[in-house]
Amino acid sequence: MEILGVPTALLGSQLLVGLINGSFYAILSLGLAIIFGLLNIINFAHGAQYMMGAFIAWLALTRFEINYWVALIAAPLLVGLFGVILERTMLRKLYKLDHLYGLLLTFGLALIIEGIFRDQFGISGESYEVPEALSGGIHLGFMFLPIYRAWVVVAALTVCFGTWFMIEKTKLGAYLRAGTENPQIVQALGINVPLLITFTYGYGVALAAFAGVLAAPVFQVNPLMGSNLIIVVFAVVVIGGMGSILGSIVTGIGLGLIEGLTKVFYPEASAVVVFVIMVIVLLVRPAGLFGKA
Amino acid sequence: MSTPSQTTTLIKPEILYTGLFIVGLIAPFAIYPTFLMKLFCFALFACAFNLLLGFAGLLSFGHAAFLGTAGYVCGLMVRDVGVTPEVGILAGTVAAGLLGWVFGVLAIRRTGIYFAMITLALAQMVYFIVLQVKATGGEDGLQGVPRGHLFGVVDLSDNIAMYYLVYAVFSVGFFIIYRTIHSPFGQILKAIRENEPRAISLGYDVSRFKLTAFIISASLAGLAGATKTLIFQLASLSDVHWHTSGEVVLMTLLGGLGTILGPAVGSATIITLQNELADKVGSWVTVIMGAIFVICVLAFRRGIVGEIQALIHRAGIR
Repeated sequence: MEILGVPTALLGSQLLVGLINGSFYAILSLGLAIIFGLLNIINFAHGAQYMMGAFIAWLALTRFEINYWVALIAAPLLVGLFGVILERTMLRKLYKLDHLYGLLLTFGLALIIEGIFRDQFGISGESYEVPEALSGGIHLGFMFLPIYRAWVVVAALTVCFGTWFMIEKTKLGAYLRAGTENPQIVQALGINVPLLITFTYGYGVALAAFAGVLAAPVFQVNPLMGSNLIIVVFAVVVIGGMGSILGSIVTGIGLGLIEGLTKVFYPEASAVVVFVIMVIVLLVRPAGLFGKA
Repeated sequence: MSTPSQTTTLIKPEILYTGLFIVGLIAPFAIYPTFLMKLFCFALFACAFNLLLGFAGLLSFGHAAFLGTAGYVCGLMVRDVGVTPEVGILAGTVAAGLLGWVFGVLAIRRTGIYFAMITLALAQMVYFIVLQVKATGGEDGLQGVPRGHLFGVVDLSDNIAMYYLVYAVFSVGFFIIYRTIHSPFGQILKAIRENEPRAISLGYDVSRFKLTAFIISASLAGLAGATKTLIFQLASLSDVHWHTSGEVVLMTLLGGLGTILGPAVGSATIITLQNELADKVGSWVTVIMGAIFVICVLAFRRGIVGEIQALIHRAGIR
């Protein structure tokens, strides 16, 4: 079976890879957007925290025989806690300054984290076995679907929409949105805004770590896995704009799929296609697809 | 209150710069020239970057693209086309300026944090292109670039001759930046940095000023990159990597954002540190760089030169 001269199995598997990458883009850009909304900081350490999530899962399995499911909960909690400490000890001091300093600080943190992991584990990369319950795959007739990869997409989307629900439909989310609009007034109404900010940063970072654990069995667990990804996610954020939660999710998934298609039809361009789209969006709609002008 | 003119009476800038210039002239007889040449390249790179961040308030996180592209263009021109070194440097500078124009046109459509992200993403695109195009030698980089004869006469394979070329390039670049900052154009850039809406309401075409500053900065970064290729006879992939973009931010921040000598001092400090540490601590160099970043942002935002200026200022008041 072929579509446009391309075997459907190839097309299907690349689209699946695209969907997986898109899920990671979605979950990471979502975290960036939430953090930016309340803290006005672009968290450059997001990639490093994603990598930490993957490494915690790998260490837990290989050193302590802690299985995937525990790691899927524990790694985000640990990295989230780490984020809370960072926010309380460092980021907090920067809120009154130009928010470029937040970018620079988190860039420095990313270098530190990455450097330490590189020193400890080298750059060759470690593999993480797919958990037993999710191993194997299904023949769909036109292609082979590895169960784990389907699980990644489902889990990532569930978390994304869960986050959307929390922000748009719950009371906590209402505080958060109000805090994004006008923190002074929210504070005056008796809501503990500093605590809300700490929680938000912790949650955003935990999302990155969750993505990291999901990614561990798909990609190599490697100290540099985050920094290569985060720059693409920055482009995704520029394309989508950080104004809308659903916008982040849709843009992330969409770009993942486009990247997958590019791998089939013009593989040489697959590494740059997201950046090219960013250029086009900047020319046509500078505020981003979902951004407010 | 003390005015700036009172504080500068301690050392007149003309005397300071003349003194530094003379030190630069005799330096290669005391310090290993190759190290000095590397230092001057990065100093020029950082000064060019500072023109943008320190004086126009634009954080470009993609300046490595200009350094690297100019390096590759200069290397290809000299090695494969066979032009003389000064033409190669010029070609690299022009290429970086053109690339800067493209980056600038796209990035100034957004401000603040988005500006940084866009420049970073564009630079990453350049990185991937350099990695994949055959002419650049991929991961091996562009090797075996001859230094050649300057104007077809002076043999640059002699390190001392090469040093004086690099020193001349740096001095010219530094002078251009100095003049730009102290020109009416530079004053308008500062006005834009301090209060953009006000600059707009005064009738300045802010976008055009930003774009011009971006192109000047990119060209001078390219000047540094093209010269660097001749020194090491190599254009490497690491020159276009985002690590290099981050490094130049660090150099500028450490030396003193928005000060004239700060970026040069910062890059000298970082290059010396890297040289000293490379064999001793291995991959911890990255960690140390990151730690310096964090310390600078949290507690040392004025940078080395900024702190010294503040000290002199306080002494002046007393």
